[in-house]
Amino acid sequence: MNRIQTKLKEDKKLLSIYFSAGYPSVNDTVEIIQELESNGVDMIEIGLPFSDPLADGPTIQESSTQALKNGMTSELLFQQLQSIRASVSIPLIIMGYFNPILQYGVEAFCKACQEVGIDGLIIPDLPVDVYDENYKHLFKKYGIINVFLITPQTSQERIRYIDSISEGFIYMVSSASVTGSSSGFQTEQTDYFKRVANMELQAPQIVGFGISNQETFKQATQHTKGAIIGSAFIKHLSANGIKNIDTFVNTILH
Amino acid sequence: MSYNVNSKGYYGDFGGAYIPEMLYPNVEELRQNYLKVMTEPSFINAFNALLKDYVGRPSPLYFAKRLSEKYNTKIYLKREDLNHTGAHKINNTIGQILMAQRLGKKRIIAETGAGQHGVATATVCALMGLECIVYMGAVDIERQAPNVARMKMLGATVIPANSGSKTLKDATNEAIRDWINNPVNTYYIIGSVVGPHPYPDMVARFQAVVSEEMQWQLQEKEGRKDPDYVIACVGGGSNAAGAFYHYLDTPKVKLIAAEAAGLGVHSGESAATSILGKEGIIHGSKTLLMQTPDGQITEPYSISAGLDYPGVGPMHANLYKTKRAEFIAITDDQAMEAGLELSMLEGIIPAIESSHALAVFKQKTFKTDDVIVLSLSGRGDKDLDTYSKHFKL
Repeated sequence: MNRIQTKLKEDKKLLSIYFSAGYPSVNDTVEIIQELESNGVDMIEIGLPFSDPLADGPTIQESSTQALKNGMTSELLFQQLQSIRASVSIPLIIMGYFNPILQYGVEAFCKACQEVGIDGLIIPDLPVDVYDENYKHLFKKYGIINVFLITPQTSQERIRYIDSISEGFIYMVSSASVTGSSSGFQTEQTDYFKRVANMELQAPQIVGFGISNQETFKQATQHTKGAIIGSAFIKHLSANGIKNIDTFVNTILH
Repeated sequence: MSYNVNSKGYYGDFGGAYIPEMLYPNVEELRQNYLKVMTEPSFINAFNALLKDYVGRPSPLYFAKRLSEKYNTKIYLKREDLNHTGAHKINNTIGQILMAQRLGKKRIIAETGAGQHGVATATVCALMGLECIVYMGAVDIERQAPNVARMKMLGATVIPANSGSKTLKDATNEAIRDWINNPVNTYYIIGSVVGPHPYPDMVARFQAVVSEEMQWQLQEKEGRKDPDYVIACVGGGSNAAGAFYHYLDTPKVKLIAAEAAGLGVHSGESAATSILGKEGIIHGSKTLLMQTPDGQITEPYSISAGLDYPGVGPMHANLYKTKRAEFIAITDDQAMEAGLELSMLEGIIPAIESSHALAVFKQKTFKTDDVIVLSLSGRGDKDLDTYSKHFKL
C-alpha cells in the first residue's frame, strides 16, 4: 500500500503543508521536510517551481520565482531527495505544473519519484481525461498516486468520475480562487464541504486554498479528512527563514 | 488529412485544453456552445452587420503595383490595416463580444501585449456597454502609453501585470487567474489563436472572414479564387490563421508564415518560435514554445510588441511540423527596412508586425506570374516612434 493510502486510514484530521522546493534557499528543501515531520505534520506537498504558475496567487508565485532564481530544477530536486527516505516516513507529494514534467519525460519523472520515495503527484494543469487516456499506466507502473482537484463549480457527475479514478484523496479547492486569496470560510464554502461529504465518495477529501491558521484548519476539516496550508507557510518562511517551523505548526495543531 | 482542428480540439499533435480544474466549467461551457452559437442565423447576421457597418468590411484587396514591379511578381495586399481600430484584431473581438452576450456574461476580461487587442476589446465593450478589464504587463504599459490612453478613454480598466517578466505572457497569466477567481459572470476574450480548445478554433473562425473575402476579391480581379501564395506574419498567429483559413486544405496554395527573429534567430534575443521552440504546454495549449531544458518558459524578444510571444497557436505548430506552411524568420532590421519600403513605394505605413511579412520578398524569389496575397494585418500609426528612432527621421 502506498504511504498516502496508509495515512488516509489513520483516525485523525490530517494536516498537509505545501512549500516551494528551493525556497528560501536552494538547499533548504530537505531540512524543511524533516522539520515539518518532526513537528507532527501528516503529509507534505513539495512544490516544483514553474515560471508561469497559472493557478497560484502572488505568494506562491514569488516563492516559485525565487526558487528558480536560486537554481532549482527537477533534476536538482530529485538529487536533494535522494536519501530523504532515510529520515522521513510521512507521505511526500510533488505538486507541479505539467510542462516541466513533460520536458523531463512523464515516465522518467514517475520513475525518479519512485526511486526517491515520492508517493504522489498533483499536476493542476494535467486534465483528468488526458491523464486517464494517456498517462495512467505510467503512474501505475511506478506506484505513483495522481491527485485530482475539484472546485465548488465541479458538477456532481464530474466529481463522481474523478472519484472513480482517484486512488488517494481528492484535493478539494475551497473556493473559486487562486491560492492564497481568501481568509476565513463563509457558509457557501461549508455548504459545499457538506454537499461533497454527503456524496459518500470512496476517496477522502482534503481541502486546500484559504487555510491559514487553526481556525480555518478546524472549519475546513469539520466535514473533510484534512487540510492543506500553502501560502501562509510560505509567508512564514519568507519572514523567518527555516527557523521556528515548530512554532508555525504548533499554532495550527494546538 | 485536414489541417483544421479535430473533434477533440487538436491540430495533429498540438492543441487540447491543458487547464486547471478551476477553469474546466468555463471552458467546457464555451466548448459545448461555441459552434452552436456561431451557426445560429441571428448570430451570423449580427456579426456580419457589425463587420460591415462598424468595422468597415470588406477590407480592400489592393494590387500593389509598384511593390510588384520592384519584386517582379504580382502582389496583392489584404488591407486589414483599414479596419476600425487599425488591425485585424477587431474581427475577433466583435465575434467574441457577441458570444459573451449569448452566454449571458456581464464582465469582460482580456490580455494585451502592445495594446492592439486591448483596444479592440475595450472598443467592443464600449459598443455593448459591458464592463471591461484589460491585463497588460507593467513593462508594456510603460512603452505603449498611447494605447493605454485609448483603452482608458473607451472606459476600460487597465490592470498592470507585475509578475514574471511583466509582459504579454504574464498579462495572459493574470487574465487566466482573474477568470479562475470569477468563474460565473466573466468572459475571457483571448486575442489570438492560442489558449485552451476551443479558443484557437473559435478565434480562427472569427478571423476566417479575411480569407473568405480574399477568395471572392481575387476571383473578381484575377478570375481565380486561389492565389499561389498567402503570406502573413505570426506571433500567436490570429492574423495568419484568418489569412490561411480557407486555403488550409487547398495544397496548391502555398502558405508562408513570417516569424520575428529579433536580433537574429540564435542571438538569444528572438521570438522565432518554430525554430527555437520545443513541444510543451503554454496557456492551456500543447504547442511549440520557447523554454529552458527544464521546461521553464523563456522571454522572447522582437522589436514588434505584437510578435514577442514565447509560443505559437497550435494550428501553426502543426502547419510547421507537417511542412504545410513555410516559416521564414525575419530580423528586426529586415522588417524595419520592408516597412519603410512599403511606405515609400505605396504610401502605406504598415504596423511593424506586418512589416515582417513584407520582408519575405527579400528572402524568397517569386515567379513573374505568381499571384501573392499578403495580409497587411495592421497600420503603423502605433509604431511611428519606433520607426522614427530606427531611421532617425
